[in-house]
Amino acid sequence: MTLPTKSFPFRLILQQVGEVGLLFGRTIVSVFRKPRETKIFIQQLEEVGVRSLPVVSLTAAFGGLVFALQTYFGFHRYIGIGSEAYGGPIVTLGLTKEIIPILVGLMVAGRVGSAMAAEIGTMKITEQIDALYSLGADPIRYLVVPRTLACLIMVPILTLYGDIIGILCAYFFNVSMGVNRVVYMRNTLLYLELGDVLGGLIKAGIFGVVIAIIGSWQGLKTEGGAEGVGRATTKAVVISSIIILVLNFFLSKAMPESLGI
Amino acid sequence: MIRINNLYKSFGPNKVLQGINLHIQNGETLAIIGQSGSGKSVLLKHMLGLIQPDRGSIIVAGVEISGSSEVELDNIRQKFGLLFQAAALFDSLTVAQNVSFGLERYRDLSRKELQKKVKESLAMVGLREVEQLMPYELSGGMKKRVGLARAIAYEPEIMLYDEPSTGIDPIRADAINELIIKMKQEFRITSVVITHDMTSAYKVADRIAMLYNGKIVTVGTPEELRKSDNQIVQQFIHGRAEGPIKEW
Repeated sequence: MTLPTKSFPFRLILQQVGEVGLLFGRTIVSVFRKPRETKIFIQQLEEVGVRSLPVVSLTAAFGGLVFALQTYFGFHRYIGIGSEAYGGPIVTLGLTKEIIPILVGLMVAGRVGSAMAAEIGTMKITEQIDALYSLGADPIRYLVVPRTLACLIMVPILTLYGDIIGILCAYFFNVSMGVNRVVYMRNTLLYLELGDVLGGLIKAGIFGVVIAIIGSWQGLKTEGGAEGVGRATTKAVVISSIIILVLNFFLSKAMPESLGI
Repeated sequence: MIRINNLYKSFGPNKVLQGINLHIQNGETLAIIGQSGSGKSVLLKHMLGLIQPDRGSIIVAGVEISGSSEVELDNIRQKFGLLFQAAALFDSLTVAQNVSFGLERYRDLSRKELQKKVKESLAMVGLREVEQLMPYELSGGMKKRVGLARAIAYEPEIMLYDEPSTGIDPIRADAINELIIKMKQEFRITSVVITHDMTSAYKVADRIAMLYNGKIVTVGTPEELRKSDNQIVQQFIHGRAEGPIKEW
């Protein structure tokens, strides 16, 4: 059947949103169904969490450094010499609420989301998904649930780790530029609230679910040979990255200034 | 055991199955022959509920499977063992884990019983001391035999073989034919064998059905097929390029 040209993109988008929604719904239902795939879940915790540590360390460190650099020069130029220590709370809030959750989300989407799409996509084209069905293992329960839960848990943990690295790097940069360490730390701790950090972690958890669902969805709908796997992998990264960036704005807008903690 | 009524399936403009009617008796071995790409594997996957038909019904042991829920399908699939064309072993699992995969889900066995069953299943397909190997360490023929061991390990009531002799040497192919016959004689297993290897079809099948242009053009015993006056059947079973089948 040929779709009318004008309505085609809209219908395609609706169809894809429907597919993702359906997969998400089936994943939630399958979380509560037995048997639980504990071994795969633990493997995924390692894959998503432990193996992402180097890339998260690097991006958080340089994210913290560059943000500290611009804040330092901003205060230095527009407020005046000696005001740089007041940049501490701005750097910390910016890192914990926005920069680190986004950086970690994008890095995990690139590293883990692509791997999920490639692995599940290869399983699809080599009939391993059909083999799972024939051997009594629902692919949603066996493949998607452990990956989604692992991302839901590990992306916030990675974000918290990234927050610490980013804040420390920003602190050392300011100290190396001659900022008084006591004033910098006192200002930072004075304005930083637990709710700010928590808000970033909640967003990171949502990004984790997005990465796992989009990666699995692209993997499960892979068609063709190696080319199809390549296409699914690229799409998984691009789609989840766009969703993370768009979702971040709306989540930041929807969240209270501080979570009231 | 399996009744297929008026089954239709298309993928986009490609009409693969166009009104299939087939009845597979309890304990019999039915071979389905046909050209590559004629829809044999698609038909096989319909029997397991892996593909949903556009129209028609598939009844397995009295249960209608088209339109069944995933939970109902899970129960029906326990009756089936499926040997995939390219084995479809799980890349990330060892041979032993592959073979025990269905056993762990379908049967309540202790770890010791599980190990024993894995060894027995592998021995039945002529493999020993391969339990700890990964699929990438196996040859194509070995993968196929591990796939067969995985399918028979939990003693299904119905075995579906998708091209069991493709990709393995003639001696091993004949050993698999012998195994299909043994499974039928010893365990009264109902079997459906998808093949275009006529030697294998003649040896293992009680009846042979030929799929052509999305329809079953003939069903009969190997002897009836040999004597068939249908020119399509004669061209296919004798492997001739000349004849009514022009697409190749």
